[in-house]
Amino acid sequence: MGIFDFLSQRNKNTASTARDRLRILIQQERSMRGAPDYLPMLQRELLEVIRKYVNVDVEAVKVDLIKDGDNEVLDISVALPEKAAASG
Amino acid sequence: MEKSLAEIIVVTSGKGGVGKTTTSASIACGLAKAGKKTAVIDFDVGLRNLDLIMGCERRVVYDFVNVVLGEANIKQALIKDKRFENLFVLAASQTRDKDALTKEGVEKVLKDIADEGFDYIVCDSPAGIEKGAFLAMYFADRAVVVVNPEVSSVRDSDRILGLLASKTRKAENGERVQENLLLTRYSPERVEKGDMLSIADVEDILGLKVIGVIPESPEVLQSSNAGVPVILDDVSHAGQAYTDAVGRILGQDIPLRYTTVERKGFFSKLFGG
Repeated sequence: MGIFDFLSQRNKNTASTARDRLRILIQQERSMRGAPDYLPMLQRELLEVIRKYVNVDVEAVKVDLIKDGDNEVLDISVALPEKAAASG
Repeated sequence: MEKSLAEIIVVTSGKGGVGKTTTSASIACGLAKAGKKTAVIDFDVGLRNLDLIMGCERRVVYDFVNVVLGEANIKQALIKDKRFENLFVLAASQTRDKDALTKEGVEKVLKDIADEGFDYIVCDSPAGIEKGAFLAMYFADRAVVVVNPEVSSVRDSDRILGLLASKTRKAENGERVQENLLLTRYSPERVEKGDMLSIADVEDILGLKVIGVIPESPEVLQSSNAGVPVILDDVSHAGQAYTDAVGRILGQDIPLRYTTVERKGFFSKLFGG
């Protein structure tokens, strides 16, 4: 790397941004692989219901299908905001 | 069922425009050059292009669908390459509907080819994850997943890897298709600058080692212009990298080439030239 390279460092390392975005996305997509088609719909509707009572973020509701031996467990987690500001 | 001896290799990617047909043509030529009797099949019904890249577009008489429908036999439909006497091309149909291909039809054609004593059958998959792509991969023993160091291509490759592990005959029989990653359009300079994913990044994200890295190079376009697969240009870096990749498919241990920046002198380093 040259000593004057700092002059051209505007777009520094978009590759690492790409890598980080892909890691998260692909991990998420792999976890959904083979899962029933209704999961995204279920996630959306749960979010709508929860939002009637609590002002949560779009990403607050996670629905995952977890394999536990021969059983499949539907794992639903809802992250509430720090100050649980009830809107109702 | 009798097991055919021909190894079936699907060249696939999900995303279009990443170099599937270029790769299919070069791998097929490379295998033939190594003495293997090889057929390469275009699965892109309606968007035939392999014939053009192979340089045999004016010699297509019968195509894949003709054989499936029994309108021609496999010997009539296989186009003999003019450079290698052990290399044959089966063109896709340009006029038919995509639904002309069925699982049974494809199985029959692959069996007919295997019965002719072929060592390798290379299946050039269409883009996407629909019927044509599914049929191209279904009977595969090995998959060469072509990926560019670019976000959408990497994501689509992961999707294809998922399908290879679930929607293939091998997967249905509790076996695995042998998965190989082929990184194309790679630019070591851009990787060093930090604006392109590196080999290690792609391997790490997809959890799979590369079987070859093809550098971005002007000869790829020149080769398709001429209808001569780039692997036959043994001066070009891309051609040499394809030759190495074919060697690895054949089980040879060959180190990667052209994957790092060629070092410059002191002054150009100092001034970042």
